[in-house]
Amino acid sequence: MLEPIIEASQLNKAYDGRVVIDIEHLAVEPGEILVFLGPSGAGKSVLLRLLNLLELPTSGKIMFKGEDVSAVAGGRGLDVRRRMVMLFQDPLLFKTSVEKNVAFGLSVRRLPRVEVKQRVDDALELLGLEGSNDKVVSTLSGGEAQRVAFARALVVEPEVIFLDEPFSDLDFLIRRRLQNEVRDIFKGKGLTSVFVTHDHEEAARMGDRIMVMHEGKMVQAGTPRQIFRHPESEFVAQFVGMENIYDGAVVSSGEGLAEVSIDGQLIEVLADRDEGETITIGLRPEDVTLVPAAEADSRASSRNTLVGRVSRVDAQGPTAYVTVDCPFPVRALITSRSLEELGINVGSDAGIRFKATAVHVI
Amino acid sequence: MSTILNAFKDAFLLIVHFNHDFYQVLFLSLTVSGIATVIGGIIGIPLGTVLAEYEFTGRRVILVIVHTFMGLPPVVVGVFTFLVLARSGPLGSLNMIYTPTAMVVVQVILAAPIIAGFTHASLRAVDPRLGLQARSLGATRIQSILVKMREARAGIVAAVIAGFGGVISEVGAVLIVGGNIKGSTRVMTTDIVLQTRQGNYQLALAEGIVLLILALVVNAILTRYQESGTRIGLFRRLALRRD
Repeated sequence: MLEPIIEASQLNKAYDGRVVIDIEHLAVEPGEILVFLGPSGAGKSVLLRLLNLLELPTSGKIMFKGEDVSAVAGGRGLDVRRRMVMLFQDPLLFKTSVEKNVAFGLSVRRLPRVEVKQRVDDALELLGLEGSNDKVVSTLSGGEAQRVAFARALVVEPEVIFLDEPFSDLDFLIRRRLQNEVRDIFKGKGLTSVFVTHDHEEAARMGDRIMVMHEGKMVQAGTPRQIFRHPESEFVAQFVGMENIYDGAVVSSGEGLAEVSIDGQLIEVLADRDEGETITIGLRPEDVTLVPAAEADSRASSRNTLVGRVSRVDAQGPTAYVTVDCPFPVRALITSRSLEELGINVGSDAGIRFKATAVHVI
Repeated sequence: MSTILNAFKDAFLLIVHFNHDFYQVLFLSLTVSGIATVIGGIIGIPLGTVLAEYEFTGRRVILVIVHTFMGLPPVVVGVFTFLVLARSGPLGSLNMIYTPTAMVVVQVILAAPIIAGFTHASLRAVDPRLGLQARSLGATRIQSILVKMREARAGIVAAVIAGFGGVISEVGAVLIVGGNIKGSTRVMTTDIVLQTRQGNYQLALAEGIVLLILALVVNAILTRYQESGTRIGLFRRLALRRD
């Protein structure tokens, strides 16, 4: 394994005695896109500022390419800081021209004017902003402004880029496009990036690796697949959209299959657990299929089939969340078309199906 | 009503006739208040910036003092400065009382807190994340503060305008420490008081109008500077049009 670009251990940050960051260990690998995922107030932004050396930790160690930088102030700190850059949710442009904004990082490094001009033009072109040099930032749209912010950050050719929810203020379409472009740029340059978001879909789309944060702590780290398919705690499960979470008791087990009772309903789960044990299980809404109540008895590959009454339908354009009380509520994600075809309404009976393999033991 | 109309006429005549006495008074007003504003800015802008950008013990106390001085009655400052600079006072040996220098001193004491207070307020109004952004782009602490000052430029120029406006229109303090000596320490405001006392209402009003025009010109220049930078300069725009 390559040496991590940034490594932190026993990292702690407290404001007026209130601990906001408490992380045992984290490492940022070269070239990866690492995502800190968590609700607001989880300490993600503070963590970024610590890693970017904009704030000093209360205690703990931060290594940059093997060098301890946790306490470096003044000149040396500036040298290390200048190998990294951060982008925020707002573009935070300075009230001047696009060119002067993009040139900022190079000007403070006192680079020769000719080089600055050339690099600014290259950065603008990379973000599809060629010819915008003399535009005043107040005339830019939200998407353009964030592009300028990206150009301003990338022009300094950082070794690490930190991104604090840089897409959350953008419209859906612009956001999607910029996300894809930015990912391509990062991957094309092999740029190591650390990305903060509270949106698990964005985390899955952007990240090579995800660290889930909760109240200043790292609660789980892994690939998007690991995080989304195998959440290790109820918090992570809920946060990454595993909306059906139940407590149940194992009533029988054998051959890796366990029968679990939830409110008296028996469910088959792929797990090696002893009888009488209480377990928590999770089920993603997209793993639940809806069938007409009449067909619910016919055997299919799905091992679990339950019948209940629809208590809620939340249409969301092309998809819809349907909640069926069996009697415990199960949320299913289906297409709006199948919702129509099944003729499901609040109050009607419906069957639900899910495979034993789709049930995740937390 | 005719007094006022005639005053306008007199004001015009005063300006075009190059009356020596009048121009001397006008020039002294401008010089004293101009120098006082510049020195007040040299003290006030850094002071306001430090108060806005750095955390240190006693910061809040200094801020309260600055804010109190912003609203201090000029006559009080005048009396205090008089007692310090008077021949029998602690700095009496400097022989500064009844000189333009004494007037500059008193006006600096009046202008500096105003400039410091408004500078502090306008810097505090800048998004603090802008400084953070500047530093993450590689700026030093000082460079990031300069970025914020550039963003707060309109407010800082307004601070200087307020400082200048405060001292050019001030009468009590300069009268006490200057003495309104003809040809030496007589300025527009003290002369207006004198002319009014002597019943020369028309002249007093005419001078008032000139003072107003003066303030207008100075503020027009400062406002122009305040607004620049948020848009591209005229020459730059013309140059762009050509290619």
